[in-house]
Amino acid sequence: MKESSANNPAALSKEEVLRYSRHLIMPEVGMEGQLKLKKAKVLLVGAGGLGAPLGLYLAAAGVGRLGIIDFDAVDFTNLQRQVTFGTSDVGRKKLEAARERLSNLNPEIQIDAYETRLTSENALDIVREYDIVADGTDNFPTRYLVNDACVLLGKPNVYGSIFRFEGQASIFGYPGGPCYRCLYPEPPPPGLVPSCAEGGVLGVLPGIIGCIQAMETLKLILGNGEPLVGRLLLFDALRMRFREMKLRKNLECLVCGEHRTITKLIDYAEFCGIRGEEVEAKPLDIPEITPRDLKARLDRGDDIYILDVREPHEYQICNLRGHLIPLGDLPRRVSELDSSREIVAHCRSGKRSGEAVQFLQKAGFHKIWNLKGGILAWSDEVDPSVPKY
Amino acid sequence: MGVKVIIPTPLRQFAGKRESVDLEANTVAEALGSLTSQFGELKKHLYSDDGRLRSFVNVYVNDEDIRYLQKEKTTLQQGDTISIVPSIAGGTE
Ligand SMILES: [Zn+2]
Repeated sequence: MKESSANNPAALSKEEVLRYSRHLIMPEVGMEGQLKLKKAKVLLVGAGGLGAPLGLYLAAAGVGRLGIIDFDAVDFTNLQRQVTFGTSDVGRKKLEAARERLSNLNPEIQIDAYETRLTSENALDIVREYDIVADGTDNFPTRYLVNDACVLLGKPNVYGSIFRFEGQASIFGYPGGPCYRCLYPEPPPPGLVPSCAEGGVLGVLPGIIGCIQAMETLKLILGNGEPLVGRLLLFDALRMRFREMKLRKNLECLVCGEHRTITKLIDYAEFCGIRGEEVEAKPLDIPEITPRDLKARLDRGDDIYILDVREPHEYQICNLRGHLIPLGDLPRRVSELDSSREIVAHCRSGKRSGEAVQFLQKAGFHKIWNLKGGILAWSDEVDPSVPKY
Repeated sequence: MGVKVIIPTPLRQFAGKRESVDLEANTVAEALGSLTSQFGELKKHLYSDDGRLRSFVNVYVNDEDIRYLQKEKTTLQQGDTISIVPSIAGGTE
């Protein structure tokens, strides 16, 4: 850890004065504000799409201590939006690459790297060390965990979330203000809302939402302006429109309301209903065929009908020359299928086609299988010329 | 009353890919009822099996959360905008 000028939190070195001069000449920041930034401790949960602009701008602004929690490695699909990383970082730990990039951007600050998943066991100990948490996670269990830990410890939680070309931002856990559970008491059951990997995201969007989080974090530290508390900011990039909804503290909130029942961290996987969900439950109910077995049967000349339940734009990326009916259209287009034929349904990874198989089974189809692992597995096991996405 | 319902991105696939739907309704319940009768698949995303609005879907009339108005009985004025805002978790991966 870098200790050089973090050791004198009450003053700026000559180098720091030069580095932060565009802050220092602003009356809204000035020397007093810059020293507040230097003394500030901010925890970033996640070093991905939202974490990239958060880390870069908070480091550049001179936030004295940045904690980053992540356990992933950089892969090629990250580079479209996670601008902390370069092509040469692919395969490296995100934490290691981020630490190197941020230290190069600003060697004056201290970076604490936590190579772990945030859990109910470690969250309070980690969060306690910081003044503010910026939440850039991608899943509901961690969102509720971050929220509850922040509420229990009285730390503001600068929230941002994205989907395709839409984003949300707010500050939760601010004294007297609402929390994430006030807004959404419960998460959606698994499978009802498409995940980011399925849904995709326009690369600039996390940049915009992450920058809003970074700005709100700086304002909280400086104590300036009107923080995004009690307001849910909604951003629609396609229409380039910001809207704002009123957000109230819910008196019935289980973690911050008058009759709170959550007084310590709980099991968030269970709360979100995803205990072992995809690992165990699915193969039991859904008949599957592996890519190798399917290839062997097709080579043998068996009459198998391939049903592709992805979206048309995915079909254009790569396909197995299947009949395309997007999952959402299946109920009204089911008559296009012949239940007397053998059908193999596939999607990208096998998740949506699993739902399609279940739906078709209920609709009376009995000779139907899910292609295990989807077109991704087909590329791995049968035909590497099929691009993965 | 003529009102506009704004459909959030994750639910557009169940609403004929529409960004918004204009309809006639006097209350929020009527508006959502009319919406789900036009787009049947939306129903299971907005309501649980016991017919209650799902707790990860918030509904706003203009910028007010209907939980703090008269919930689904909230009355509508000509030109009101209803926003359906589900929770989204995306951030990094
Ligand atoms: Zn609350």
